[in-house]
Amino acid sequence: MRFETPSTVQEAVKLLNDSSGITRILAGGTDVLVQLRLKLVEPELIVDIKHIDAMRDITAEDGGFRIGAAVSGAEMGEHADLVALWPGVVEAMELVGSTQVQGRATLAGNLCNASPAADSVPAMVAANAVATIVGPNGTRECPVVEIPVGPSKTSLGKGEIITSIYLPTRPENSGDAYLRFIPRTEMDIAVSSAGVNLTIDSDGVVTQARVALGAVAPTVVVVDDAAKAIIGTKLDDDAVNALQAACSAACSPIDDKRGTVEFRTKTAGVMAKRAALIAYSRAGGSK
Amino acid sequence: MSKIHVSTSINGDAVEYLCDPSETLLDVLRNRVGLTGAKEGCGSGDCGACSVELDGRLVCSCLVLAAEAEGKEVSTVEGLADGDKLHILQQKMLEHAALQCGICTPGILVAAKALLEKNPDPTETEVRYWLAGNLCRCTGYDKIIRAVMDAAAEMRGA
Amino acid sequence: MVTEYKEGAAGTEYSKRDFKVVGTRPPRPDGVDKVTGRALFGADLTAPGMLHATILRSPHAHARIVSIDISGALALDGVKAVVTSNDFVKQGSSGNQDTLDNCMARGKVFYDGHAVAAVAAVSVKVANEALKLIKVEYEVLPHVTDVDAGMLDSAPVLHEGRKFRNIPEGNNANVSGYWEFGHGDTDAGFAKADIIVERSFKTAATHQGYIEPHATLATMGPDGRGEIWACTQGHYMVRDMAAAFVGMDTSQLRVTPSEIGGGFGGKTTVYLEPVALALAKKSGRPVKMVMTREEVFRASGPTTSSSTDVKIGMTKDGRITAGQAKLRYQGGAYPNITAMLGAMTAFAAYDLDAVQTLAWNVLTNRPKQAAYRAPGAPMAIYAVESVVDELCQKLDLDPIDVRLMNAAKKGTLSSYGPTFDEIGLVATLEAAKAHPHYAAPLGPNQGRGVSCGFWFNFAGNTSVSMGINEDGTVSVIEGNPDIGGSRASISMMAAEELGIPFDKVRTIVGDTNSIGFNDVTDGSRVTFSVGLATIKAARAAIKNMCGRAAQVWGIDADAVDWVDGAAVPMGHNAGEFPPMTLAEIAKDSAKTGGPIAGHHEVNADGAGVSFGVHLVDVEVDPETGFTEIKRYTVFQDAGKAIHPDYVEGQMQGGAVQGIGWALNEEYIYGEDGKLQNAGFLDYRIPVASDLPMIDAVILEIPNPGHPYGVRGVGETGIVPPLAAVANGVSHAAGVRMTELPMSPPRILAAIDGAK
Repeated sequence: MRFETPSTVQEAVKLLNDSSGITRILAGGTDVLVQLRLKLVEPELIVDIKHIDAMRDITAEDGGFRIGAAVSGAEMGEHADLVALWPGVVEAMELVGSTQVQGRATLAGNLCNASPAADSVPAMVAANAVATIVGPNGTRECPVVEIPVGPSKTSLGKGEIITSIYLPTRPENSGDAYLRFIPRTEMDIAVSSAGVNLTIDSDGVVTQARVALGAVAPTVVVVDDAAKAIIGTKLDDDAVNALQAACSAACSPIDDKRGTVEFRTKTAGVMAKRAALIAYSRAGGSK
Repeated sequence: MSKIHVSTSINGDAVEYLCDPSETLLDVLRNRVGLTGAKEGCGSGDCGACSVELDGRLVCSCLVLAAEAEGKEVSTVEGLADGDKLHILQQKMLEHAALQCGICTPGILVAAKALLEKNPDPTETEVRYWLAGNLCRCTGYDKIIRAVMDAAAEMRGA
Repeated sequence: MVTEYKEGAAGTEYSKRDFKVVGTRPPRPDGVDKVTGRALFGADLTAPGMLHATILRSPHAHARIVSIDISGALALDGVKAVVTSNDFVKQGSSGNQDTLDNCMARGKVFYDGHAVAAVAAVSVKVANEALKLIKVEYEVLPHVTDVDAGMLDSAPVLHEGRKFRNIPEGNNANVSGYWEFGHGDTDAGFAKADIIVERSFKTAATHQGYIEPHATLATMGPDGRGEIWACTQGHYMVRDMAAAFVGMDTSQLRVTPSEIGGGFGGKTTVYLEPVALALAKKSGRPVKMVMTREEVFRASGPTTSSSTDVKIGMTKDGRITAGQAKLRYQGGAYPNITAMLGAMTAFAAYDLDAVQTLAWNVLTNRPKQAAYRAPGAPMAIYAVESVVDELCQKLDLDPIDVRLMNAAKKGTLSSYGPTFDEIGLVATLEAAKAHPHYAAPLGPNQGRGVSCGFWFNFAGNTSVSMGINEDGTVSVIEGNPDIGGSRASISMMAAEELGIPFDKVRTIVGDTNSIGFNDVTDGSRVTFSVGLATIKAARAAIKNMCGRAAQVWGIDADAVDWVDGAAVPMGHNAGEFPPMTLAEIAKDSAKTGGPIAGHHEVNADGAGVSFGVHLVDVEVDPETGFTEIKRYTVFQDAGKAIHPDYVEGQMQGGAVQGIGWALNEEYIYGEDGKLQNAGFLDYRIPVASDLPMIDAVILEIPNPGHPYGVRGVGETGIVPPLAAVANGVSHAAGVRMTELPMSPPRILAAIDGAK
């Protein structure tokens, strides 16, 4: 196994593209090293991207934030302005693993690991985050929701690396939140989860909403019916119950050692309801 | 597979070692550098017994490749005491009988030190959530939490 | 190895006294090493020329081993030795043969993860490469993993042709043990009841969950002398087993226990040690073996899983008229007596005229169970205490009052045979009832649960030796690995008895060559038995020192007393001599007869049972089934708490293990008979944020069988939480959880089902 530490993106892309065997990109390593340890993968090449400038930065851009692919969850949590703009995305990333894992795990890594239960993804999707990708054919942008295509599979081509993820600006009176159900209080993979992003007007009526569920399908599920159920409302009981029902209806989870179909379906709706209420209050709405 | 030469700093001392690309920082600390304070409880980042600080950031050393320590500062439990003078956290762990078998203790100490560096006045809940990644099977955590909060108070001069 | 329960000694040991050292809280002697990372645990030792060994494990739950071809592994560069079951000596007694077969499969593999071969090589990497080159031909057989399924006539038979004793007709060939306990006429008792509740319960297998995986370093020279370093609860047991399995005299094998990173019963047997020794013998080099976390789960003993039926009859005013339990346990592929212990403990807290417990152990294709803190008791008492709670709810009676009404006391004929001497159950119940926790208000979705708990505590074979040093300090050697702070307690008892300050005593755990035999650290026996032996060794040393003083003074040895750490003449007639302190006597020892030491060897008796009561407040989220522990208080009778911090630690630690067992811990098997959650991610032990502070209230009803009144405390704490949490959930959410773990999906299904 080779271990390389390129100092530019182009170098990294070339290394990955030139390799004929299995490769892994190393940012935080909190998935890659576990896979190495369990012998789930035996890569021929590991490319450490942490020595590439700009991969480690959080930069304000056009009212939003560009988060480098090597920025850790802990660093995101320490960035006051990022937390203020997108509290739901940051809290989602901060739920990935323990404090120790937080010190290393990255948003891009969580996304590209493509676990159906990844914590950051529903919140990023609800936020309409966009990934910037550099590959042998140049640079492109891709909405985060299109990156995972199945468990452990992404839409990235050979030699492509995500260099940053952009969280856009948002209107005034917006809020987002992420909740997940786990059997303990920490340290578990999400059994079901929901990211809700919404905006309200000066009367407290929801004008825009986006609801995304995790761990209930091979990839994140965007539930348009749930968003519609709360747009035009002040999150009264009927609206919130309709959101909950729409979410449960949109689930197609599996039975496994972490949860049954029934349980995931039921709790996804509950998580979405509760996340919506938190997002609403963050947006300035009061009930 | 040829070995990688790494120059790093561990507990303030310059250290060099050769390692395989696939070796973790935990492997190297224990097997090459002779620092067995960090323990392997699981090898997959689920127990925290291998906790160290890397450039001041709390991490699981089983989830860091040994090669990544190049040019960095590593802090382990062995670096907590100042010669024969124990760190306040170590003293409080002993005063509160916050260890039984002691296998989780190095990880807990490093994690608690990292917490108090970031937040010198944590609530009980904040301490518990910060330490959620440090499994302890003997104590039920009660005396550990008391020790950390007591150490925090003393370090604040309260 | 579990020592047989013996009737307690007839109250001859205990005498009341004012303690000077016992009951205080000095810092533990091994503490500084443990907080600085200096302490050496099982995997922390290395030796020059050391090899690393790894194990090839069965991928099948049940299969015949047709052939094993190790030639490919032997040919790999860097491989120095390979062993299979052929490299071990067959054992005469079936008990040890089972342990050996579990260390290295012989003829058949019985569970996913069963060891089949082992390789020692220059690195772990090379050893693992070599494992891939070993060719094993298996004939896969049908398997069974569920306890009730294992008892069916259609179940695959594990040990064809093996006959087990005392098994009644009608049980299949997988039933390896059957036991009955009780007294009185249960039919008549049930007839007297105003209300009867019958319920069935299931519990899953749980693992002891020690954070330190099994690890050992073994060496064997060409002269046939061997050394083992291991994290174990019993290094004499390791010595005897490893020597027997490899075929050598025990005197030729010296075992040194490392510091141990948790055991809870799970390290009272051998897995790696005989294998490492055999590899060391074959290769001529030191061999280190460390289990991965996955191996710990797949191949080291969890506890048994259970299926129980409990029936209890009660009068309107709360008197239990009869109790009956049928307990079916499975402990994996080899026989064990845990079900017997379950049958003995199930109704132990109660004074009953009519009680009957029947228990079966069934063999299944799972790893060989190992003791886990009060083995057999938690699942049995979970069932009984749940039914008692249900009866209390149906009759609208206070759960503590009902238990007080029926509580076992001194003179009670226990449900498992002996008559109780002084015990602390009533005191713990009364303390719980009077405690502010019991009266604290509860919020919405919250409920309070109560449960009793019990463990017999064992005594057993113990040897202690102490040397009185010329500078007046004392060196104690004992032979029981310290899993809970016992070195501090031993030092305290020595200091107390000798009348010297605590910091003048140092206790170490010696290797197997240092002193006589010691049973493993189990059964909550150490503070009791090693303490007893230490006190008696100290008394022997005192007798010796009084003799020296008598010599110096020219008086009869009988006329010398020992007071506050010094020899004094007894009464005026003996003469007016100033006291001679221990230090003074020690300094002169060469002139008065030579070195002064005291030692004591005993198969101790009179351990004294420990009762506990737990109170828990839980909050259940009705939309998700998530259960939060809001408040927890443990009440337990310690007899005499030598070092209260460590007694509290045992109470708190046991309680949290029980909480994990109640809420989320379980072994999950697939249809293919393979373990699905062999790691801490999906085997969910409690984390710090899951819990509140655990308040511990120590009661002291002295055990007549110990000079200071000590009772073992280590195990009782894990027993009450299962029912306490289940009872709390019943009060909080109105659902009776009869299957553990009561994880959120199960609780939510019960809540939704009840609507």
